[in-house]
Amino acid sequence: MNDPTSSLENDKITRRHFLDAAIGLGGVALVASVAYPIAKYLVPPPQAEASPASVNVGKVDDFQPDTGTIFKMGNKPGILVRSKDGEFHAFLAVCTHLGCTVQYRPDLGVIWCACHSGRFDLNGINIAGPPPRPLTPLDVNIRDGQVFVSREEA
Amino acid sequence: MAERTTSKAPPGGLKRWFEERYGLSKVREWASHKTVPVHRGSVWYYFGGVSLFLFIVQVVTGVLLLLYYRVGVESSYESVRFIITKVPFGWLIRSIHSWGANLMILAAMIHMFSVFFERAYVKPRELTWVSGFLLLLLAMGFGFSGYLLPWNKLSYFATKVGTDIAGVLPWAGGFLLRFLRGSEDVTGATLSRFFGFHAAILPAIFTVILTVHLLFVQVQGMSQPHLKKPSTKPPMPFFPNFVLRDLLLWLMVLNLLALLAVFFPWELGDKADPFASAPAGIKPEWYFLGAFAVLRLLPAHILGIAGDLLGVIGIGLGLVFWALFPWWDRHAPEGGRKAWAVAIGVIVLLSFSLLTYWGWRAS
Repeated sequence: MNDPTSSLENDKITRRHFLDAAIGLGGVALVASVAYPIAKYLVPPPQAEASPASVNVGKVDDFQPDTGTIFKMGNKPGILVRSKDGEFHAFLAVCTHLGCTVQYRPDLGVIWCACHSGRFDLNGINIAGPPPRPLTPLDVNIRDGQVFVSREEA
Repeated sequence: MAERTTSKAPPGGLKRWFEERYGLSKVREWASHKTVPVHRGSVWYYFGGVSLFLFIVQVVTGVLLLLYYRVGVESSYESVRFIITKVPFGWLIRSIHSWGANLMILAAMIHMFSVFFERAYVKPRELTWVSGFLLLLLAMGFGFSGYLLPWNKLSYFATKVGTDIAGVLPWAGGFLLRFLRGSEDVTGATLSRFFGFHAAILPAIFTVILTVHLLFVQVQGMSQPHLKKPSTKPPMPFFPNFVLRDLLLWLMVLNLLALLAVFFPWELGDKADPFASAPAGIKPEWYFLGAFAVLRLLPAHILGIAGDLLGVIGIGLGLVFWALFPWWDRHAPEGGRKAWAVAIGVIVLLSFSLLTYWGWRAS
């Protein structure tokens, strides 16, 4: 403090810098403390997926050969197809392209998605159109004349 | 008694009352200098105004629909059915809202392409172009979010596909998908969210950008195209000459809307069912048919990359390229257009039209 004027000058500059930095940091902190909760709020919390081990779809005789049926596999749609020779095939009915619900087309003998005309054979293999992967297969078991569908063991 | 401030006090009680407080003569003075250039392309100036009018119609009919619409899986479809079957003139309001949305996007597209081909986006109007293009994208956001609100079969799968496309994106896809849907699947949470987007968030953003867009036009005046043979006709005063022409056209558009709503009432369709197959022949609104065609035509994989990802990235880059066009086409030759810029415009317009037609014909 020997030279009051120069120390005053220095003081002024450092004080201004300090305040600028403090206000800047405070501003960033304010924006972050407002934006962070909003950003987190926008994304919903994950919900436990109801995933039953096995679903009773109905009696064997309810399903005519050469037809397909949509059923509830937890909160996703499943499709049970009975082929012309009476065999059962089941898949998640969610198209692997963009998630529409597929259907069985007896005229074509394939599983078909109406949204972008993707096709799957009765083994769930993607055979035409944009779908990139086969349908997710499900296990079919017949007990006492009832059709049970369950998720395949991983 | 108002005190006398100037010797030139305007006549009339109410007029004077406002004049003394707000100086309206300044506004009148400004308005009397606003003009519109007259040349062979003047007719294109009207489409911005028509888009604006249709937006106003959307706000009015949208607010009216809010009085009866009840968002929710158990009430959305039912309340729209109530509006169109029980509420007096509800069918008219709802049909005008649906038709108006489509006509608004059509008018905005005509406006955009006319601006493009008149080269009105060059300096100093770069940001008018960008803000206008943002408004068109927002209008499509309105269309996409509003489409779900009746909760019918078509809208359910349209939303599934549309949000799944967002989920295809690398890195941000998962976040975007859950942000848009409000859950893992398209559910009642999605419906609530889309209602919030459609009736609150989008209108707020749209109003701000629309105000900016219109301010730019007021500050800079209307663009005069660079014609080889400049027009010799004097410009037309905005008030009242152009405004009256505008209003006459708005009246015609209102009549067209009424005709469409009366003779082609908008369908409600069947209620959405998450456990039913997508209906055969499902298609999006016409302005998404081009993107729909791309998604249908692309194979599952191109050179080992997912086809839909490639399509989404391609469309996204195309939109960015288009939005920034004023910066690609900067140095204007005096009194001329650039052949390559015109060629790009023609290619964009043609490919959009052809893809739309292909999407419309696809079975």
